Amino acid sequence: MDLKNLKPANMEIKVLGTGCAKCKTLEKQVNVAVEELNLKADVIKVEDIVEIMNFGVMTTPALVVDGKVVVKGKVPSVADIKELLTK
Amino acid sequence: MKEKIIALNRHMNGWFIPSLLLPIWIVLYWNLQPIADFVIDDIVKMTAGTHLAETIRFFIFEVPKVMLLLVLIIFGVGILRSYFTTEKTRAMLEGKSLFTGNILSSLLGILTPFCSCSAIPLFLGFVEAGIPIGVTFSFLIAAPMINEVALVLLAGLFGWKVAVIYVVTGLTIAILSGWIIGKFKMEKYVADWVYSVKTNHENEIEDKITFQERIQKGYESVNEIVGKIWVYIIIGIAIGAGAHGYVPEDFLGSLLGNDNWYGVPLAILIGIPMYSNAAGIIPIVSVLIEKGVSLGTALAFMMSVIALSLPEIIILKKVLKWQLITAFVGIVATGIIIVGFIFNYVM
Repeated sequence: MDLKNLKPANMEIKVLGTGCAKCKTLEKQVNVAVEELNLKADVIKVEDIVEIMNFGVMTTPALVVDGKVVVKGKVPSVADIKELLTK
Repeated sequence: MKEKIIALNRHMNGWFIPSLLLPIWIVLYWNLQPIADFVIDDIVKMTAGTHLAETIRFFIFEVPKVMLLLVLIIFGVGILRSYFTTEKTRAMLEGKSLFTGNILSSLLGILTPFCSCSAIPLFLGFVEAGIPIGVTFSFLIAAPMINEVALVLLAGLFGWKVAVIYVVTGLTIAILSGWIIGKFKMEKYVADWVYSVKTNHENEIEDKITFQERIQKGYESVNEIVGKIWVYIIIGIAIGAGAHGYVPEDFLGSLLGNDNWYGVPLAILIGIPMYSNAAGIIPIVSVLIEKGVSLGTALAFMMSVIALSLPEIIILKKVLKWQLITAFVGIVATGIIIVGFIFNYVM
């Protein structure tokens, strides 16, 4: 039996970045947005370059929501992130 | 009232507010000298010709001048850059022959939005698309070296001729260094794992943005860049103002001045391990020139600080073997030395 299907799946949010200042800012903003929206989401920081490249991203930081790249190469405002997460 | 303006601005595709501000910009820009004179001579009533009065006059003329130029140029560059993305640039460079590729790549390096923290993903993305190493390097050299903030500051402090020479020589270094790296077929000195990286092209976002959003990008870049660097600019101009009217002290001059052949290489040797962005280095450049360092040496120092740095070398070490890093640093440093000499002896 697939245990994953038993509980409602959390939204999966990945912050891609190799550790630059902007990447940390994005991670912080995403956490704020998730908290303010009261979302059930796992925020994962991806620092491995090979994994980042697998998303086809050439400019960091980038934001991946449920496997889909929604932002790359910039740090959107908390309000913009909220909009992206509720779409 | 505010709502009305915003609505009108939207109606005019975002052009309304900029077109309102531009005439104000022009009137201000062309009247900075009378405004500075008015403040010094009529409001503060300082005696014209004294060193202090001329220093302050220079300062209150230069600060708004450089700020106005910065805002206009960064706004324009912000809009222009919204037309370029790393993905489009990569697509344009695919399948280009070596020399043409180097020229195109260097030019795109100036125009494509780029942050040195993205150097590795960009490098991997280019290599994976089959773009030659030499062409990729032209991009990676031009992108940090030729910078709109440095351009404005050089123009403001030393004149447009110096600024143009900075761009032309910077481009030449990027084109030729990349071309040489390509000629030496240094592909084998890229870390082996790099060639096994596969990127997922399906995941690329199609960026369709309206013209209004491009103008918004212009505002954003002004906000971000000017907000970050204004302190350095004021410090840089304050130092320049202090030097204004003084005979340069021949302090560093004897060491790094025009007569010493080793001035340029020495400046570069000091500059390579240092790291600073273009705005932060300008105050140091004005100190150097104040202390009697010749312009070519100071410019070479600036270029080596912003184009080559220890942190960048450490980042690149992840994807390059030491042979290629050594070649990259050596070739770029040699290019900068030549530029420094040309400046010092020909100009």
